[in-house]
Amino acid sequence: MSTLQSLDIAKRSATTTRSPSIRREPEVAKLIDVTSCIGCKACQVACMQWNDLRDAVGENEGTYDNPLDLTPASWTVMRFSEVEVQAGRLEWLIRKDGCMHCEDPGCLKACPAPGAIVKYANGIVDFISENCIGCGSCVTGCPFDVPRISKKDHKAYKCSLCADRVSVGLEPACVKTCPTGAIRFGTKEDMKEFAADRIVDLKERGYQQAGLYDPPGVGGTHVMYVLQHADQPHLYHGLPANPKISPLVSLWKGVLKPLSLLAMIGAVAGGFFHYMKVGPDESGEEKAE
Amino acid sequence: MQTPGYLQRYSDSDRMNHWALVLLFFATALSGLAMFHPSLFFLSTLFGGGPWTRILHPFGGVLVFLSFGGMYLRLARDNLWGADDSAWLARSGDLFAGRTHDMPPAGRYNAGQKVIFWWMSATLLVLLLTGLVFWRPYFAGFFPIGLVRLATLVHSLTAVGLILGIIVHIYAAIWVKGTTRAMTRGVVSETWARRHHPRWVEQMTQKR
Repeated sequence: MSTLQSLDIAKRSATTTRSPSIRREPEVAKLIDVTSCIGCKACQVACMQWNDLRDAVGENEGTYDNPLDLTPASWTVMRFSEVEVQAGRLEWLIRKDGCMHCEDPGCLKACPAPGAIVKYANGIVDFISENCIGCGSCVTGCPFDVPRISKKDHKAYKCSLCADRVSVGLEPACVKTCPTGAIRFGTKEDMKEFAADRIVDLKERGYQQAGLYDPPGVGGTHVMYVLQHADQPHLYHGLPANPKISPLVSLWKGVLKPLSLLAMIGAVAGGFFHYMKVGPDESGEEKAE
Repeated sequence: MQTPGYLQRYSDSDRMNHWALVLLFFATALSGLAMFHPSLFFLSTLFGGGPWTRILHPFGGVLVFLSFGGMYLRLARDNLWGADDSAWLARSGDLFAGRTHDMPPAGRYNAGQKVIFWWMSATLLVLLLTGLVFWRPYFAGFFPIGLVRLATLVHSLTAVGLILGIIVHIYAAIWVKGTTRAMTRGVVSETWARRHHPRWVEQMTQKR
């Protein structure tokens, strides 16, 4: 849903000119400290409650992951991974998965419907569902496999970072509810500072590879993780080490578009001028017709 | 031969097949272009808005493919490449410069037409196969995301290639006077045929 006004929109899907950008706003970010997460799923519940979504009750698959994957009605899920980084020392890594709110969003780049995806000036990437045409290009463009297309209405859905709450000065519902303070919200700058302190702390406790996950391949993200094993993000249920928009998508939504338009207009113009220069090819019986 | 001075070039069913293909192609190309470039999104209005454009485009594409299949069965044999065709193609520069005399004699189709025919055949096949890979909600879910990305890129590129071919096809019909009669009435004048397709005239008159 669109809850901010047009002055707050920094990028708009399928729009070739700049959005109104006179106003500057501080960038926001959600910081998820994986090392203090206890996997209680209060954030999942708060997300359902605030957004008023009720997913179908699923099946237990023998793990704590429930639901097993993101769905059109479950915009965030806890991913549980059991790993042994040091042999004999089991670690239970719990990552709250959902939209990363990329600074350079692949979904927005791929979307063909004007205004179906917007990036607000504060960095939040939001789906404006009424403009969605259901083509699935956002799924094609996303480097994190986040958008889900509903089988019911064929619209794409994902975490909105509670853009509606943020626009009136509230923190996202998941942040509000987190009992351990593992999820924080503020300006991106503040969140980076907070993360830096936490990382110092973790290093003192022996996690030498602790670090911040704010991948530069997508221009940084407005959802960041503090990871105790930041050198191996794949441990956290396959979090990509260096996510970026696929070059196939960049080519498709980059040079191909203007060049194709140019080629098609060029072909028509070429034909027009050829006709004017060379004239029609007549067989000689035209007068008789 | 019904009318003296004219040769039958297409049957009524050939022509109806062709024009059905034309209508379906335009509907599919315009709906595809609407989703290809933001400046052409306004074309989606012709199809009842964005979601309808997305819903209708792939069905249109399948119908284009089937309808072209009809043309293919009718015309493929006459479009087989012959030794003369390479010679014709080598001289096509003269043709475009307006020096249209002394072109190597063509059969029912000249080498340029044959190139366009096979170009259309190949691009439509690629468009069908790549289009299936990201057709939502029906098939996209069966393919890995890497393949979906590749298919989407190839589909767009191929579609542009096909549209360029169609522009050439339409222009050729406008440029060479007396051609459109073949598709609007099924016949061409013998003068036209002797000038553009002398070998075909030979075949036709032998049959008589």
